Amino acid sequence: MRRGISRFWIGAAATVALAAFLSLSRVNEYFFFAGYAVLQFVVLATAWNILGGYAGYVNFGTAAFFGIGAYTSVVLFTALGAPLVVQIAAAAVVTGLLGFGTGLLTLRLRGIFYSIATVAVVYIAETAMTNWRYVGGATGLQLLQPAPIFPFGTYNRMLFFVMAVLAVIAVSVARYIEISWIGRGLRALRDTEEAAECSGVPTLRLKLLACTVSGALMGMAGAPLPMYLSFIEPSSTFNLNYSVVALAAAIIGGTSNWIGPALGAILLASMQQIVTVTISSEMNVLVVGVMLVVFVVAAPDGILGLIRKFRRPRPSGSSAP
Amino acid sequence: MSASLLRVAQLSKHFGGFSALSDVSVEIAQGERFGLIGPNGSGKTTLISCISGSLRNDSGAIVFDGEDISSLPAYQRTRRGIARSFQIPRPFASMTVLENLLVPLEYVAHRRLLVIEDRRAEAMQILEGMGLADKADSPSNRLTQVELRKLELARAMAARPRLLISDEAMAGLSSTEVEEVLAILRKLNDTGITIIMIEHIMKAVMGFSQRVICLDAGRIICEGTPESIVKDPEVQKAYLGA
Repeated sequence: MRRGISRFWIGAAATVALAAFLSLSRVNEYFFFAGYAVLQFVVLATAWNILGGYAGYVNFGTAAFFGIGAYTSVVLFTALGAPLVVQIAAAAVVTGLLGFGTGLLTLRLRGIFYSIATVAVVYIAETAMTNWRYVGGATGLQLLQPAPIFPFGTYNRMLFFVMAVLAVIAVSVARYIEISWIGRGLRALRDTEEAAECSGVPTLRLKLLACTVSGALMGMAGAPLPMYLSFIEPSSTFNLNYSVVALAAAIIGGTSNWIGPALGAILLASMQQIVTVTISSEMNVLVVGVMLVVFVVAAPDGILGLIRKFRRPRPSGSSAP
Repeated sequence: MSASLLRVAQLSKHFGGFSALSDVSVEIAQGERFGLIGPNGSGKTTLISCISGSLRNDSGAIVFDGEDISSLPAYQRTRRGIARSFQIPRPFASMTVLENLLVPLEYVAHRRLLVIEDRRAEAMQILEGMGLADKADSPSNRLTQVELRKLELARAMAARPRLLISDEAMAGLSSTEVEEVLAILRKLNDTGITIIMIEHIMKAVMGFSQRVICLDAGRIICEGTPESIVKDPEVQKAYLGA
């Protein structure tokens, strides 16, 4: 366990160093545009998995948290000209609170009823932003990227690096939750909520904690979006695609371990980027559908399940969906 | 026998128009072995669900160790010392047998302050007492019925309870297996743990308990020593029909 921890942190530091190296290298500008999108889904899928994977509460509200994170940035940027770090921190706080609030209202529901309630959150958030003139309403708002901070050559290179750092933060948080007593409590309540409660697990509190952390991470992932696109508009920001891809990436990667959603997001989002460039941008939605069907049928425990199967011929009974 | 550990007073519970428990009062002493019997649907499991906090009672009071716990959530009651096993075993299926015990050890006994090795050692000790030590690392969804029922008890014990409620821990077991579980419960009682046993196997519950109540249609119809209970005409009527 101790050795595992140090290995993890070496890996995390190496990831950040690699992202820094790439963003300062002479790699084609498009790489950063696409890489940002991939890393953004690493954060979203990892955040989704904290509640959806560990606790078993399937959340379709990812787009709401992501979008509110983005709009928090818009407000701070247009009102105060706040720097990106402040935007991200504020987005995390706002969506964390939103997670806590929606959790209080919805987490008493179980199974499919909870999932339906989370879809409603997306539409409520979208409707609210569509009718708020200050942030551009339905037509949206054009934003001007400020000059990049030294040593980054362009703003997109900087954003790529920032998103890589956010991805490392998200994965570290998810991993901490997973290996600590919090993760054991979440898994216990996923397996059987009543027995967990009778074993001393404060189920509602733990679910609220998971919902808050998950929401905050999703908001963080959305915060740089307005700067990344130089534009913000509600119907694409609150697109349910964000919810679906985050969920699909976690399932494709494997929900039982922190590395699963990250792997799934890298695989799925990279393929989407490749298909968008080589075939058409409409086809990238199809990629999600096809991959999800293939994995659900052939490898219900995701990439992690496949790896485990090949490592040990004896199938282990872990990780129920 | 010292003062009462658990006192249930005028407890009622309705599900819609159906009255599952009406005006149930019972007092259980520290260290007692207490039996709860009654035909199917008589409210036994509802009663212990109200005591353990899985259900909230509509009226009445539940006093544990001098404190009214009837408005506390279940996890708080477990932390105060009430643990239960489930009639239909509910293991944490994604975990190993040992990990199942780590949950109450970490959340109730506050052992999360210890290093993981010490927690594991403590869980292992409980498993040894239950005769489950050799299954510690097997996934809990691969156990046999007896093993599952022992796991239910082991997990309840890991919460370090003062009151253990065993909900039909022996249903469906062979007679040697029943003896095995009874021996475990007796051993636990010897260490000072108060035990409420719900059971359909008359031989087991009558041999084990010092005092028994019989529920029928949500009311206590009889209370007394095992010998007096079996002779009671009301009890015979409830079980055999008029």
